[in-house]
Amino acid sequence: MFNILQYPFIQNALLAGSCVAVVAAIVGYFMVVRGLTFAGHALPNIGFAGAAGAVLLGIDPVIGLFAFTIGAAIGIGILGKRLNERDTAIGIIMTFTLGLGILFLSLYAGYAERVYSILFGQIVGISPVDVQITAVSSLLTFILVLILFRPLLFSSFDPEVAEARGVPVRPLTIIFLVMIAITVSLAVQVVGALLVFTLLIGPAATAIRVARSPLWAIVIAISLGVCYTCLGIFLAANNGVWPVSFFIASISFGVYLPVRFLSPLWRGRQERTSDPAINRGRSAWGADSDTASQEGDQEQRNTFEVMEHMQGSPKARGEV
Amino acid sequence: MTQGTQELVINLEHVRIQFGRSIILEDISMTVNQGEFIVVLGPNGAGKSTLLKLLLGLIKQSRGVVSVLGQPPRRGNRAIGYAPQHRVLESDLALRARDVVGFGLDGNRWGTGLPSRKRAEIIDKALAEVDATAFADAPIGQLSGGEQQRLLIAQALLSDPRLLLLDEPLANLDISHEQEIVSLVTRVCRSRNVSVMLVTHDINPLLPVVDRVLYMANGHSAIGTPEEVITSAKLTELYDSPVEVVKALGRVFVVGAET
Repeated sequence: MFNILQYPFIQNALLAGSCVAVVAAIVGYFMVVRGLTFAGHALPNIGFAGAAGAVLLGIDPVIGLFAFTIGAAIGIGILGKRLNERDTAIGIIMTFTLGLGILFLSLYAGYAERVYSILFGQIVGISPVDVQITAVSSLLTFILVLILFRPLLFSSFDPEVAEARGVPVRPLTIIFLVMIAITVSLAVQVVGALLVFTLLIGPAATAIRVARSPLWAIVIAISLGVCYTCLGIFLAANNGVWPVSFFIASISFGVYLPVRFLSPLWRGRQERTSDPAINRGRSAWGADSDTASQEGDQEQRNTFEVMEHMQGSPKARGEV
Repeated sequence: MTQGTQELVINLEHVRIQFGRSIILEDISMTVNQGEFIVVLGPNGAGKSTLLKLLLGLIKQSRGVVSVLGQPPRRGNRAIGYAPQHRVLESDLALRARDVVGFGLDGNRWGTGLPSRKRAEIIDKALAEVDATAFADAPIGQLSGGEQQRLLIAQALLSDPRLLLLDEPLANLDISHEQEIVSLVTRVCRSRNVSVMLVTHDINPLLPVVDRVLYMANGHSAIGTPEEVITSAKLTELYDSPVEVVKALGRVFVVGAET
């Protein structure tokens, strides 16, 4: 059963897959935190269109993949200033590029095998050179995240205060979107465009439910991502028929589901010192009356902001 | 307020703010001294938050002179602590109370930062100052509105500011938590001798502690003690329509203005 690990193509797949899993997990954490998960679904589709265009022009699909995802990331960053505008901007850019992708495919006469491998992933066909390229780009993205770490987290949590404190919130947003684009382009080659979401959001979403601090969330997300990928490749290689991306997606879903339902149970018991005045009326599910009333007020505030917006006040609230 | 020479913390001279054609503030002049507790009142859309953003250097005036501690406003000024209008903090961030406070210390610096004992001590001290030690390690999503507000104040205090800008810290709080925040801000203001500008809708919980009131309406403003500013005559002039100030049960109500 473990004999398959001797084959070079399996070793290559495990190496490239692990590199991608690490970067996808750490970038995915910030995507979840910033409410950018929809971009994790849209950018791979946009990348697919780019790959199709590249095939039509007779160049390497990977170049089209990078060009389209990075271009779209910058476009999303410029168009979607506010939270509520952003998903619309992402959706409109995604559908336009998907339309282009379909056009490119229909114009291309031959069987676009490489385009389909972009859609579904081709990790077991990955070459040693691909592994090197993937490893180096993953490392560079990883280092960039480390450099941007604190301002990125601060501006995710509270863009207004971060901006007042001198964090360049807008440029940072665009840089981060480009980092997502690069990560997506790397991950597409492993799990395919349709399943990138699995590697980006799956581990991070699970980790955030378990961890209490950002650092732990990232460490757990990376561990989960690497485990999912390696286990998926191993199972697929043993099975021989079912695709790798199916296994990775299923493991990711299979872990998220129980964590999602069970996490409120241990989240209820947090380390507060026993001060009854502070612990008043808080249930294990965290749905106490305080929170409920705040949600009502939040609605009011949103209405208020809309009114302010109509009066022309440029509230910088809800930046990407 | 008794530190040798009195220094002006804020100085506004005939300031106008407009975005495109809409004028938010037409002509506002005022000064704030060191250690003063100022409450900013006014109806929705009167430009209260806009004024704070002006002082933070996030927007520019279209006319007039603005100076904060003798200099034009600029972003990243560590002499200003700022807690914006409060919203429900995300519970899905995997952030603890101390992480939120830590942003105030080094959230704007590059890199991941290394855990250090000194950093932890500074944050512990800040948490203690706002009585948040009991929930220092709790996830923020589980904290009540009042608890979250205290963390935001602690965060704003971490750069040891000389001016504290608090936008609606009392919104969404019940009376007892409102009282807690009022006494906390008063204590911070007096013990640190830091100037406070606190935006609110209701002056009543702050009447016993405030030094002066800045009342904004109609693009204009009036500043003075509550007795000077919150009067029928003054507010009628400011709103340019009949306004009546009613005192009942030891509380002040402004009738005729949609505060």
